[in-house]
Amino acid sequence: MTPLLSRRAVLAHAAAAAILAAGAPAARAVGLAEAQALVDRLVADVNAVIASGKSESRMLDDFERIFEAYADVPTIARYSLGSDARSASRAQLAAYTDAFSTYIARKYGRRFREFIGGQIQVVTARNVPNGVEVETTAILVGEAPFRVDFWVSDASGRTKFFNIIIEGVNMLLSERTEIQAMLDQRGGDIDRLIADLPQV
Amino acid sequence: MTESFVQALCHIVSRLPSLRIRPPRTGRLAALACAAVLLSGCSTARPGTEINDPYEPVNRQVHAFNKGFDQSILDPAGEAVSYLPDIVKDGIVNFSDNAGLPNAAANSLLQGDVKGTVRNSLRFILNTTVGVLGFFDPAGRIGVVESDADFGETLAVWGIAEGAYLELPGLGPSTERDAVGIVVDFFFDPLQMFGVQPPLNDTTSELLETDTIAQVGEIIVERGKFDDTFDSVWESADSYAQLRLIYLQNRRYELSGTGPQAAGPTDEDYYFDPYEDQQ
Repeated sequence: MTPLLSRRAVLAHAAAAAILAAGAPAARAVGLAEAQALVDRLVADVNAVIASGKSESRMLDDFERIFEAYADVPTIARYSLGSDARSASRAQLAAYTDAFSTYIARKYGRRFREFIGGQIQVVTARNVPNGVEVETTAILVGEAPFRVDFWVSDASGRTKFFNIIIEGVNMLLSERTEIQAMLDQRGGDIDRLIADLPQV
Repeated sequence: MTESFVQALCHIVSRLPSLRIRPPRTGRLAALACAAVLLSGCSTARPGTEINDPYEPVNRQVHAFNKGFDQSILDPAGEAVSYLPDIVKDGIVNFSDNAGLPNAAANSLLQGDVKGTVRNSLRFILNTTVGVLGFFDPAGRIGVVESDADFGETLAVWGIAEGAYLELPGLGPSTERDAVGIVVDFFFDPLQMFGVQPPLNDTTSELLETDTIAQVGEIIVERGKFDDTFDSVWESADSYAQLRLIYLQNRRYELSGTGPQAAGPTDEDYYFDPYEDQQ
């Protein structure tokens, strides 16, 4: 990860924290068209990287950047930490969010690689209790098409996706399970988790 | 017939060594009786994203065994097979899928799914004949794709609860309801039960009976194809918990719309809000 990205992650986190500190309620609901446009742009960016013909390692860097630009990483990070987020200090939470953003962008950016040679089509967008669900179909080489949903919200102050659901399997729940297990392995020591996360 | 990686993962892991040997035909009634006993003892499943795992300590031991089996046997076998030409690999997968179609058609019928029954039957007839015993998939090329159906799904459609989570030795993640489904599908021979004689000579019928061997072949081929996905699960800090989560979510997704557990667009349990946690 470049220092620029890491700064951006910290800034995004700071922005989210500022909004929460001000006690702003998540009242403004994201519009269907706006949410769908976000996923359209995400898909276009991923497809453009695939079409660029760069080396695979360069593509992975680009995929990481795309993930960070479109995902509400601080929210995903905090949800994954679960109730441990409450006992963490402000500084720990910021450091954890930064470490998590490296970990998650790398992990899911890598998965975008599976789309090389394939494409993602936006099917529809619908209002759901926690924002907008944008339904897409992934069409990969040699595979039956399958469904990928993005949950989009602007509760952070910016329109971003906060969950990906691939055939029912959702990222937030997977990551909460994973982060909890990693914390357990480290005796609940969040500082060790912060140190280890970017190396996973 | 190909699958996406999540489906393939669940499909393969749920049939790990697949030591299925064709049972004696007299076993069917015993299987149904066994199913009835098991069903009456099912734990109550909770809705939404809940996990009901009262057998976790035993399940974890089974998981350790399954993981070892996968890494020491299936993984190297999958890698070896991945070097075969695509036409051979596709042929193995096609043949295995085709041999399972009578069962899928029967389950579609039991679920009252007329379209699925017709599609699976038509597919079986076309691919067994034009597709040379199912090694090729001409039906898929004209849009007649498989309508997945198994007895676990049939039970879900009939309103039977999911039951507790189970990891079965050699068979992978499951639930009490799906375990009963596996037993019934195993003993169930729809062609014989409904007295249907496919228009085949004895040799071809015998060949289709080798579906157990074909299934093992299919599992090994797909294990090689989705190697990265398996690695990502095994590398997890708690692969048992990850696999349990993946299986339950994917299975509920497959069954949604067919059973009482379908999530509607207003289901607050399913559409949980991570922003609420922050306030």
